[in-house]
Amino acid sequence: MKKLLAIFLAVAMLVSLGITAFADGEEPIHLTLWTFQELHTQLYKEMLDKWNANPDNPKLDIDMQVYPYEDMHNKLTIALQTGEGAPDIVDIEINMFANYLKGDIQLADLNDIVEPLEDHLVMSRFNNYAKDGKFYGIDHHIGACIVWYNTEILEEAGIDYHDIKTWDDYHEAGKVVLEKTGKPMCTWESKDCWSIYPLVNQHGGDWLTPDNEVRMDEQVVIDTLAFMKSMLDDGTAVACPGGNHHSEEYYGWMNGGNCASVSMPFWYLNRFTDYMPDLAGKMKVAPMPLWPDGGHKSAQMGGTGTAVVKTSPNVDIAKEWLAYATLSFEGSVNTWLILGFDPIMTDVYGSEEMKAPNKFFDYYEDDTIFDMLKTILDDIPDTCLTEYFPAAADIVRNQMAYDLVIGGGDPAEIAHNCAEELRDQIM
Amino acid sequence: MNESSRTTLQKKRWLTDPKIVPYVFIAPFLIFFLVIYLYPFISTILMSFQKIDGPGSVEWIGTKNYEKMWNRNFKQALATTFRYAFWDVVVLTIVPLIFAVILNSSSVKFPAFFKSVFFIPALTSIIVVGIVFRLAFGTLATAPANRVLALFGQPPKDWLMFADTGNFVLVLLTLWRWMGVNIIYYISGLQAIPTDLYEAAKIDGANSVQQFFHISLPGIKPVLIYVITITVLGGFAMFTESVALWAQNNPGGVGRTIVGYMYLMGFYKNNMGMASAVGLVLLGLVLAVNLLQLIAMGFFRKED
Repeated sequence: MKKLLAIFLAVAMLVSLGITAFADGEEPIHLTLWTFQELHTQLYKEMLDKWNANPDNPKLDIDMQVYPYEDMHNKLTIALQTGEGAPDIVDIEINMFANYLKGDIQLADLNDIVEPLEDHLVMSRFNNYAKDGKFYGIDHHIGACIVWYNTEILEEAGIDYHDIKTWDDYHEAGKVVLEKTGKPMCTWESKDCWSIYPLVNQHGGDWLTPDNEVRMDEQVVIDTLAFMKSMLDDGTAVACPGGNHHSEEYYGWMNGGNCASVSMPFWYLNRFTDYMPDLAGKMKVAPMPLWPDGGHKSAQMGGTGTAVVKTSPNVDIAKEWLAYATLSFEGSVNTWLILGFDPIMTDVYGSEEMKAPNKFFDYYEDDTIFDMLKTILDDIPDTCLTEYFPAAADIVRNQMAYDLVIGGGDPAEIAHNCAEELRDQIM
Repeated sequence: MNESSRTTLQKKRWLTDPKIVPYVFIAPFLIFFLVIYLYPFISTILMSFQKIDGPGSVEWIGTKNYEKMWNRNFKQALATTFRYAFWDVVVLTIVPLIFAVILNSSSVKFPAFFKSVFFIPALTSIIVVGIVFRLAFGTLATAPANRVLALFGQPPKDWLMFADTGNFVLVLLTLWRWMGVNIIYYISGLQAIPTDLYEAAKIDGANSVQQFFHISLPGIKPVLIYVITITVLGGFAMFTESVALWAQNNPGGVGRTIVGYMYLMGFYKNNMGMASAVGLVLLGLVLAVNLLQLIAMGFFRKED
């Protein structure tokens, strides 16, 4: 009797499960997404809900897995090399991207979703993830470099940051700040590339040509390093506490109002809101000062190329969703509202949707950030990310920055040594 | 006798054959060894002569990986590794020995309590320890280590930015973390020495220093050889401690060891061929150093 009852219950359960499944309509398509940046999943989840809310779209169920930075890239390297266990969609950090464009490329080309929108996008952001005219990754932001000024310190020194137009002005202002307040104008990183690379790139330099010719010892690099050293020498710039602008020590020190400014890519915005709450209302953003001898208005730095894996059984639908999540007007607005990034779609700049209140506007007490950004968007140089870029980035981070900021060496000699080292690694 | 029962009998005979059975028993280990050790080892040797660009794109390039290896980064990693391994062996052999002898003497109260206190750091997560040490030896004048320096009127140091101070922090971290383990080895060695030897020495008028050098030290020689051997191996293979302190951003490469360099080449720069070559050079180095050390300590000498 008991047995009969058990069978009856089991059948009843199966039937009811079946009914609910049918009631739901079609079975959703399952996709896997890997990322190393938990923040990105907030945008993905929002855009997935919006996608599924539209009855015309096939239902998607995306399993978003967040891994630590190195773990994820190692896992991906191994998965792609063995052809087993790769996800459908993956976030690849810009410095690592070139590694996946070697040999037989295992990523799907995204030209069919990117090309129709070409006039609405900052295309130089796609060149970072391209090879032979094919685009393999979609970025979330431009990463335009700007300067954050601590207005409290500048006011104490009697300086209006709007008057700082060139790097020479910046240096002069730094001398006044140092004299009046005893505080440095800025910090240079000694173990990372976010000080050297933006300045060099804005000045018109880069590490490599597309054909892997080394440009590290060009005069423009030496001049840029010499400028940075001149600020170190008179104390208007100091070595960044903790070695880079992402260390806990720097956050605490900067938050304590110990430095007048910092130059970083736009995405650094959320580090201020999250790690330096005491500076709320005091920090103002402005374009980078210009080089007196030419160069550009800004530089585009950092990024994440979201890619679709070629061997995925659902390449087409994965591409379609990715285009919706990252390249649509809605997706671009959410990129700002949720992530605090400068979107790659130029249509949204100056639109009303972008002025909706969020925590970033609250922090800066300023909703003209995008009007300021719009003035520099037309003059941002390309960065040259070849397969040897990871090697170049490593040399800049661990050698050039160290030798300049900690070692205090001669700029020409540093540039020369680093260039030789990079040439040596190119085979 | 029908067909099927004959085969069962043959099977039984085959399974109980004293010539075959041993191989059956060692088969799990043998398969494990072949698949997990020998195959990757041979494939590493082959890969060190290749340029690998991803699936299906492998190019034989002869000894080019080995020729390109001898650059500033590699030399620096080599120096860092040797410097660390040297101090690691010196400090991690001597300091725990002193503590073990003290703990083993009857004058210490609550020896079990102190043994566990020394051992607990070995159970901590290296990443957590790395963060704590990184902040304790931070750049700011307010960092704990710099506060201690200030007590002695010394200017603050940028600990992790220079090779010598960075190495000091690294060795300190390893000592703090692994001292307890070595103390346990030594104590077990010391307790195996018969107490009547000490009593006899006492009657002959030997003081405690003489007792240590003439009874304790020779008595724990096998343990000492073991501890030094694993410390040498550990010193050369050290990787996580360095990563925990410096992560991928290694200022001027001051904390990058050979294993760290191998990792950088293989995974960060996706140059598996070069990484394999570096790994083999590391293997050769460790073998040579260990062999020298074992010969020096008389490990291969025949017992009289």
